[in-house]
Parts: sequence; structure tokens; C-alpha cells
Amino acid sequence: MAAQQAYSASEADNYSGYRSFEVGKFSFRRDEYFAHIEWPSGQHVMSIDVFLRALQRTVAWNFFYGTLNWDSVFGTLNHYGTVDVFAGRFNPGYQDGGVDYSENFDADPLMAGFKDILDDWTNAGYDPFAAPMETDKPFGRKNGDNRAAINRLRVTAKRMVGVPGDAAPRSDETGHPINRAFLDVDQSEPVIEAEAGFEDEVCGFNLFAYLSRSDVTWNPSVCSVVRDSLYCPTSEEFILPIEHGNDRVEWFIQLSDEISWDVKDRDTGAPRAMVVMRAGDVAAMPADIRHQGFSARRSMLLVWENANSELPGIIARGEAPVIPIEF
Amino acid sequence: MTDYKTEFGSLDNFNKGGVHVIKDDPKNYAFSNVFEVAKNAAPFERIAVAKNFEYVVEVMRVEGASPWFAAPHDEFALCMDGDIEVHLVKLADGAPEGGGDGAFLLAGDPNGKKMGRIKASRGHMSMLPVGAAYRFISERPAVMMIQTIQGELTLERWSEICQTA
Repeated sequence: MAAQQAYSASEADNYSGYRSFEVGKFSFRRDEYFAHIEWPSGQHVMSIDVFLRALQRTVAWNFFYGTLNWDSVFGTLNHYGTVDVFAGRFNPGYQDGGVDYSENFDADPLMAGFKDILDDWTNAGYDPFAAPMETDKPFGRKNGDNRAAINRLRVTAKRMVGVPGDAAPRSDETGHPINRAFLDVDQSEPVIEAEAGFEDEVCGFNLFAYLSRSDVTWNPSVCSVVRDSLYCPTSEEFILPIEHGNDRVEWFIQLSDEISWDVKDRDTGAPRAMVVMRAGDVAAMPADIRHQGFSARRSMLLVWENANSELPGIIARGEAPVIPIEF
Repeated sequence: MTDYKTEFGSLDNFNKGGVHVIKDDPKNYAFSNVFEVAKNAAPFERIAVAKNFEYVVEVMRVEGASPWFAAPHDEFALCMDGDIEVHLVKLADGAPEGGGDGAFLLAGDPNGKKMGRIKASRGHMSMLPVGAAYRFISERPAVMMIQTIQGELTLERWSEICQTA
């Protein structure tokens, strides 16, 4: 089936000031508290803070790996080039009732539509990347915008942060002050003693200081690369705004503090486990689950990904197990 | 003065979490702890704590001076506890080829120019560049976590290090 291309936006509503959007056969409308989503066979409503936090990650992560469940009903499924937008697809109740719906889009025009919604529906002072205690409320009628916040670029080092010509470490000078929760984190950089001619190869940086200066939550950035092996550390606080449905195994290494992961079956949402991770803990997330993290205070998490584009197909065809290790 | 205290782990102080099963097998999560693994390891063993096809994350207990290692690709070493010196030497014959991926041991000292050293403490990440030999030195037990590819030195002890019930 050909992917859908078009999205359109209305004029601003006379009362709320927000525009409404048509993306394929989905429609999106917001009011002072909620996002309203409609599709040919049903409708759904989400609190606008939940909607905007999920939309922000979907945009920043470029649809990421696998499924991004914005809640138990609505989300996206990445096919890497095209993307399914769905309602009720991974919800047995919606499926049984015959009101689930899914539509495939080319990734780029869909992203343009999502960015337009995010831009229009995010008010001045509200930062969907921020922890709730660090930003204003998203509610109310249209009140300006916050483009500086929603258009942050995700760091993607080619080799390692701090290598000359690659992504730079964070500092006050780069606009990354130490987060209020990490003021006690040592900021010293490793001592580098490079012989002449090897300055570009004798490299190191303080990853914990780097994370202590992150101005966003739940936004993994690539910090070191061994072929398709990507270290994607991130700072976390409050709730992961989406339930991430895996299409491959990913790994978590807890670098500081604690996160609890609510793990469910990827396709049905049936509960499977609660994984509690503290500093130094390592855990795999199998390829057939969805997970959502809860971090009671700001913490440092190393997300480790295998970016091999063939993995989703290999696993979906049953040519590789959904778990990382059999022992 | 902050009200917050960041909780890092160490060889002497870690508080391991765990998998609380609702309907699953805890082995599916391969749950372990890098400090516990290092605590029970011999110095300079390279024990996999995470694996994704050919890629691994290895944990190493660094205690004293290690032998010299090299790999046919970049590796990255994150100091998780202690103070560790990373010594680098440019291999005169370049990056090894044909021996497979992952780290391997050099027989004796490397032949090549001294590149320099990195003094790393907790949270510091060092690049172990392709074409270089490296070794780690720490007077006291320390922990290094290495992003690499599975090789002949990678040890898999999943049933010993992971939660099984």
C-alpha cells in the first residue's frame, strides 16, 4: 500500500488559539487541557502534557527503534523510511471491538506534520523535554511558543564525545549548566598526557559530568560508537513519556541512582515484570516487550543500542531469538 | 549546598536491584551488576555483562598493571570505580587484521611509539583507538567497563552473574 503523504493545518481556533491538523485520516485538535485524536473508526483523548512529552520524543528521536506507544492506545511504529501511525493496534480491547486503525506514512512528511503540531501546541515557558518540576505548565489557551526548547539537536557523536572534530563536551560556555540534582557530581576531566603527534588519538572526557549537564530528560544521545554499537547515555527524571516497544534487544546500564521499569508484552500490553535498577545494574530489554521507566529523582542511564538495520527483520522472521542470551 | 546526593556505586558499596517477575522468566533480562561482577573477578578478566549479537560490554577488575591489549577496531573504556591509568602505544605494524574482532593479548611489550596516557577516575571515558596497544594500571582495585566486540578474551559467565530466579 502506498504511504500517505499529506498533512494540513486549520486556521487558529477563535477561542483556544490553536490550530487543528489532519494527518492522513487522523485528525488532531487541542484545547486547554487535552489533545483529541480521531480516526475513521474511533476517537481518543490524552492529557496535553502527556501528549506533548510523547510527541517531543517522537520528533527528537526521529521515530526511534520499533514502537512508540504514547499511551495504551495511540503511537507510531517505525519501518525506517515509512512509519505507521496507529490507534488501538496494540490494545486487545480496541482490536476486539474492531475500532483499531493504522495508517502508513513516508517518514519525512509525517515528521514535518508532527513538528508543526509540536510547534503550534507548545506554549512559551513550557519545555516538553524538561522534568515537570523544571518547567511551566502546558495548559491553557495559546500563549506564544518555545522553539528554542523543542528544536534542540540530539547529540550524535561519530566516534566519541571529546575527540577533536567530534561532538563537544558540555560546559557552562556551551549553555549547559550543571543540573540542580547533580551539583555534587565531580566535574574534573581526565588528565590527558598525549605525546606530540597523538593529540587526536589520546582522548577522554568525563561522561558523568557530561550527563550532569544535560538539560533534557529521556533523550538518549550517542556518545561513543563501535560500528553499530552505540552508547546512548541520558539523564532521566519522572516518567519515560512513551512505552517503548522493542523491535530488537536493547540494554540498560544504570550509572547512578534508581529507575523502575514497568515491562509489558509488546503486542498486548499484558504485564510481565518490574525491573528495579540501581547504580551498576545491567539489564536487557527483550525484543518482544514494551517498557516504561520511572525515575523518582534525576538519574544517569546508559542505553546501549545495536543500530544494525537488519535486526528487526531477522528477529521478526524468527531467525534470531527475542532475548539476548540463552543460558 | 545541594539537597541532592547522587548515588553512584563502587566495589565496596553497591545496592543491587532486581527483576520482580509478574509473568516472565527473569533470565530473559540477563540482570547483573558491574560492581558485583568485578568484585568476584580475577584482575584483568574481560567478563561480558551485556551482549547484542557480536557486540559486548565487558567488565574488568583493574588491580596492578595489566598486560597489553589491542583490537582491530576502536574500543571505549569507562572507569566505574577507582583511579585507572590508560597507557597507549602506537603499534608499529598498524592495526592487526585477520584475527577476528575483539581484544587480544600482546606477547610482551608492544613495538611502537608511545602515544601517551590518560589518568581516569570514576565517570571518565577513554578512547582505546584502533591501531594502538593499551594497558590499564591501578594501585588499588578499580573497575573498567569496556564497549567492544566479542573476541577471544571475552568471558561469558551468564549463569554465574545473572539473576536466574
